[in-house]
This record gives sequence, C-alpha cells and structure tokens, in this order.
Amino acid sequence: MPKIKLAEKAVDLIREICTKFNNDEGELINVLHQVQSKLGYLPAEVQEVIARELNISVAKVYGVVTFYSFFTMLPKGQHPISVCMGTACYVRGAEQVLSEIKRQLSIEVGETTPDGRFSLSCLRCVGACGLAPVVMVGEKVYGRVSPQQVHKIIAEYKEGCAAEAKTA
Amino acid sequence: MEIINLKIDNKPVVVKKGTTVLKAAESIGIDIPTLCHMKLDDLNIENKPGGCRVCVVEVKGRRNLAPACCTEATEGMEVSTHTMRVVNARRTVVELILSDHPADCLICAKSGNCELQDLATRLGIREIHYKGEQSTYREDTSPAIIREVNKCVMCRRCETMCNEVQTVGVLSAVNRGFNAVVAPAFEMNLDHSVCTYCGQCVAVCPTGALTEVDETGAVIRALSDPTKTVIVQTAPAVRAALGEEFGMPAGTLVTGKMAAALRRLGFDYVFDTDFAADLTIMEEGTELLGRLSAFMEGDKNVKLPILTSCCPAWVKFFEHQFPELKDIPSTARSPQQMFGSIAKTYFAGKLGVKREDLVVVSIMPCVAKKYESSREEFAVNGNPDVDYALTTRELAQLIKLANLDFRSLPDEDFDQPLGESTGAGVIFGTTGGVIEAAVRTAYEVFTGKSLPRLDFEELRGMDGLRKATIDFNGTPINIGIAHGLGNARKLLEEIQAGTSEFHAIEIMSCPGGCIGGGGQPYHHGNAEILKKRQKAIYAEDKNKKLRKSHENPYIKKLYEEFLGAPLSEKSHHLLHTQYFDRS
Repeated sequence: MPKIKLAEKAVDLIREICTKFNNDEGELINVLHQVQSKLGYLPAEVQEVIARELNISVAKVYGVVTFYSFFTMLPKGQHPISVCMGTACYVRGAEQVLSEIKRQLSIEVGETTPDGRFSLSCLRCVGACGLAPVVMVGEKVYGRVSPQQVHKIIAEYKEGCAAEAKTA
Repeated sequence: MEIINLKIDNKPVVVKKGTTVLKAAESIGIDIPTLCHMKLDDLNIENKPGGCRVCVVEVKGRRNLAPACCTEATEGMEVSTHTMRVVNARRTVVELILSDHPADCLICAKSGNCELQDLATRLGIREIHYKGEQSTYREDTSPAIIREVNKCVMCRRCETMCNEVQTVGVLSAVNRGFNAVVAPAFEMNLDHSVCTYCGQCVAVCPTGALTEVDETGAVIRALSDPTKTVIVQTAPAVRAALGEEFGMPAGTLVTGKMAAALRRLGFDYVFDTDFAADLTIMEEGTELLGRLSAFMEGDKNVKLPILTSCCPAWVKFFEHQFPELKDIPSTARSPQQMFGSIAKTYFAGKLGVKREDLVVVSIMPCVAKKYESSREEFAVNGNPDVDYALTTRELAQLIKLANLDFRSLPDEDFDQPLGESTGAGVIFGTTGGVIEAAVRTAYEVFTGKSLPRLDFEELRGMDGLRKATIDFNGTPINIGIAHGLGNARKLLEEIQAGTSEFHAIEIMSCPGGCIGGGGQPYHHGNAEILKKRQKAIYAEDKNKKLRKSHENPYIKKLYEEFLGAPLSEKSHHLLHTQYFDRS
C-alpha cells in the first residue's frame, strides 16, 4: 500500500467523528459517511484510523467501503461529474454523452483529471427522467444534454476557476 | 426446557427448543447436505451464514424453501428434505457454484478432500447448465499459505476462524456481487498482513481456495541428492493423526509405522521433535524457575507470568498485536527450531558433515512452521536450521508417492541420539501438554522431591480457557492455559491490565493445540476427531518408560557433551531467541 501521512488535523477529525458515534462498531457506516463528507474520500490510511478507533479489523472496514458504491478510496475532483445511466437517460443517449465527456477530459469512469478539477462517475436515476439524459456537476443538474453541449458545460467550470484565479 | 415436536420426511422428531432443522434431521439419521455450514461442537465454533443454500428444505405452509442450517425447528413443523422441488433447487445451487469454479479437480491440491467435489458427486451432477463469466483473481503466495481465490465459494468459514475464533482479523469479504472475494484489507498479500499463518482457515476451507505451500518436491530432490545427508524430525501431534490419511480410525497411534515409512523414504536418520520438546522443557522450565525464584525473593522487575513460546503463530500474533508484551514470553525457541539448531551444530559435528550438506526436514501438524523455519534469525549465513517443514498431509503424500502400503508397515524405532524422548515430550502435541511437561520437571527441580503423580488431570481437557493451581510443596503455582488465539487474547488483556493471577501460561494457536493444527488431515468439521487424537497423545505418554524430560538420557548427554547446562551461554546462543515489534 502506498503510504501517505495523514495530517494530524485529519486524524483528529476522524477521532472526533468516531467519538460522536461512541466508537461503536455498529455505527461504522455512519462514521464512514461523515468522514467521507469531510475528507472527500476514504484512503487506506483513513480506514486504518477508523478501524483502530472502533476496535475492529481494518479488513472489515475495507469490506464495507468496497461493498457500497457510495464510498470511494480515490479523491473526487473539485467538480464531480455524474452521468445518469438509468433506463430513461440510457435510451435517450446518455452513453454518447458519457463517451464525449470521457473524450474531452481524457479520463475513464471512476477517475479524476490530473489537475484534480473533474472526476467522472455513473449513477442510476436521479429521479429527473423527464429531463433525460441528465448530467450532474456537483449539485447542479443539467437536463436534455447532448454530446454537443458537453464542451460548453465543462467550459463553465474551467472558466469559473480561471475567473476565480484572476480575482485572487 | 421446552420440547418441540415436528416431522421430518414424515418421521416424528422430538428436540429441544432452539435446535435447527439440520440438527433435528441428523438426530433421526437424515443427513441433509451442507456446504457453508460448519460446527465444531466442543470448541464452540460455528459458521452458519446460511449463504450457500445447499441445505434448503421444504416446510409445509412456507412459501419459499428454508435453509436447514439456520432455521429453527418449531412446534408442528412438517419438513421435507428430498422433494422434487428441493432436489432441483439444491442441484441448481450447486451447478451455479460450479459454473464459476475452475474445473481443474484432477490437478487440484484439494482433490479427494474437497467438500464441493463431494457434493457434486453426491448430487450426481453430470452437466453444468449455466455458462457465464468466471472470476479471475490473482493467486497470493506467502511463506506458508496459498490463496487461490478463484476456488472460493464464499462460505465464509475462514472468516469465522480468522475473526471470531482467532481474533486475528486478516480476512474479510470485500467488494460486491460477482466481484466479491474473501481477502485481507486493501487486497494486500497475506505476507504483508498481520496473518499469523495459524492455518485454521486452511483447516476449514471446503475447497482448494486455501492450501499450504507444497514443499514435497524440494524434499524429494534433497533425498535424491547423494551429496546431502537428509535427516527428519516428527512433531508429537503427527503420530496421532497420520493414520487417518490411510483410512485408519481417528486416534490410531502410528509412531512406529511413521518411523518405518520415513526410513523407507530414504531419510538417513529418523529423529523425533519430541527429543527437542524435552530439551525445550529443560530450557523453558529453568527459565520459569529462575523467574519464579526471583519473584519470590522480592525482585520487582521480574516478568511474570511466563508464557510458552513453542507455537510460531502465537509468536507472530503477539509480535503484531501485543508488541509491548514481547519481553514476557519465554525466550526458548520452539522444539522444531531447537532441533534444527542442535542438528546443524552438535549432530553435524558428530557426523563430520558441513551444515550446508546436512538437510533438516521436519514433519509438522502445522503450516506456520513453514513460516517459522524461514525466519531470518533461524539461519546461519543464509543456511536455515530447518530446511523444509512439511505438514502431516504432505508426509502422507510422500508416503503414497513411494508406493508404501502404510498400514502393513512394521513398527520401527527412531534413530539416536536425537530420537529418544519422554512422555513429557509427547504431550506437547495437545493443549495443556506443554505446561504439564514443564510442571513435571519444574516441580522436581524446584522441590528437590520426586513427583507423587504424573497425570495432571486438572491441566487437561478441551475448554478454551483453563486454569489450575499446582502445589509446589507448599508454594501454589497458578497456571493458565489457552488454545485458540481469541482465548489467548483474553489472557493477554488481563496481563496488560495488570490483573493476571497466573505465574505461567501455555498458549497454542489452534483449537485443541497441535492435534488440531492447520497441517493435520482435514477434520471436515468433526470435533470428535480432535478428541480422539488427544486421547491417543495421552496414551502414548502413558506407555513411555520415561515421562519426565529431565530423565531423558540423551538430553543429559547433550548437556554433558555439548551445551553445559540449561541457560548456559551456548544454550542461549543456540536454543533461545528474541521477538520483534511488528505492529
């Protein structure tokens, strides 16, 4: 395993979350959920701290992390892109939209761009089938997306960041 | 106690409340097939995830089929175990498992001992109606255990042993659905994990997914090399189980036939680890007495309780999980390693053979012994004290390869000088035996008196944790015994907390001790077999003329000619070791 050294602050944060759940091993999923929401992902080193705090084996923590697709061991991008592959979106061309995103960002599903700006995942139905095909960037929902629109959507976030950089 | 009346296959059955349908059926001679289920009665070990669905039965009034292993019998229940619907479902389940299982039975290490293979035979599977994707997972080889995860049927027995019984926590089910496998954290290799190589996962795996590293080939090569002198040592628990591999009933002692077989295999000298067990007692017993005497004289720095150190899985366990206690166990090497060390110095010298030309093979009931013999501190200039450690099963394989009709072999004796042993050395093979052997010697050395009795019934048995107080002529000595690492953990936590009442503790990693080791013939979930092996060990002890280690004439001679005295400088160098923090 590649070892990264966790910042003391991160370790304290994980400990705090575990304490909040009384270091109860039955609360493992809730602990993982909160830690991921704070740190963005659950690398091996984080799982080791959680295992120690809840007094369970790290194999068990890893078992749960790999069972639920919600949990990720890879850092997500600043702007996580999710493409809905539910039935409605799929039949209305989500796959073509997905391949266009992959092409433009040069990453596969589950990966993050080298600059850390975008990550790509697929999900099943966000409950907006009327807008199919649907793409989400962060919390924002884009409906009736065509492959031609992909460039514009991505550019929004690239420019956004560039604008931020200018004002800084 | 509530009584339940039910009918299974139209036969009335009366059972206690809480009994499963599987057990109820068994009580009237109905043998429902199982795969994932395993129960070792006297050891309180049970695996019943209800996952494989091989044991499904039809229950009148219930819509779906019920898994017999985890369905409780209820009043008035009517169960059918072999209706068309049940048989079809059972066969479908097995066919589906087989559809994602490599069809390499002919060359599988587990062939002939595989519970999945037996099941397919029993259900008369002649065709697999389902074709589809097959799992492909890399093989993981460690110094002792091989994981061939493609052969895993997700019965989770290994997880139960690793997590619940041994509390080692290496194995867990990871990933999901078709990609689910049992693996260490982050799917690292076993040799990077905290695995102790106790081999209990291997002992219970129904298929060939977990097996020991096979070293029979290397031993055959050594035996056929004319430049090498090849000697062999056999651990005490092997003689109480080897016969099972040749169809003899569990508990048959085959000491003499085993010696005869080893001689016919071409070993130049057939020796006994029991000799080294006697030597261990001399060293460990002296260490125990030293610490006890210091303690009684008021030395506050003395480390008590003293813990036994014969079991390599136990050693690795505390090095990973309790490194702060690493000064507490005896520094005495295990009998296997003491034997290797003495063989490659004292015995090699007697023969006038260089250590590189002397090959030491050990036959062990254990897979962790493979790892132990590969530890760097047990080698001189890269030449290991013990070259190869074979399991009981591997020895059986060698005997079969050599065309020996094991059952008709004569009883022969071990060679000298490293083949003589006392009853104390023999009982090392069972839980409670090492400490009983130590008591027999320590008592006499401590009190200067002859023991009034030799059988310490209070130290024997199968309970996971046992304790007894032995009166050393007015001085009460508190002794603790644990087998199974989960039980050991409890005693270690007491020591950490400073509440341990013991002066000496014996720990063996495997349930039952070495008789239940990971390298023994497969017990297939039958705990009775372990009890029979234990009985055989005590019978062998009883039959011995000498039953106290310090009375072994060849041990006396070894000290006179070579070592000097227990804990001498030479003994320290050759027979003791140190432990490492692996946390």
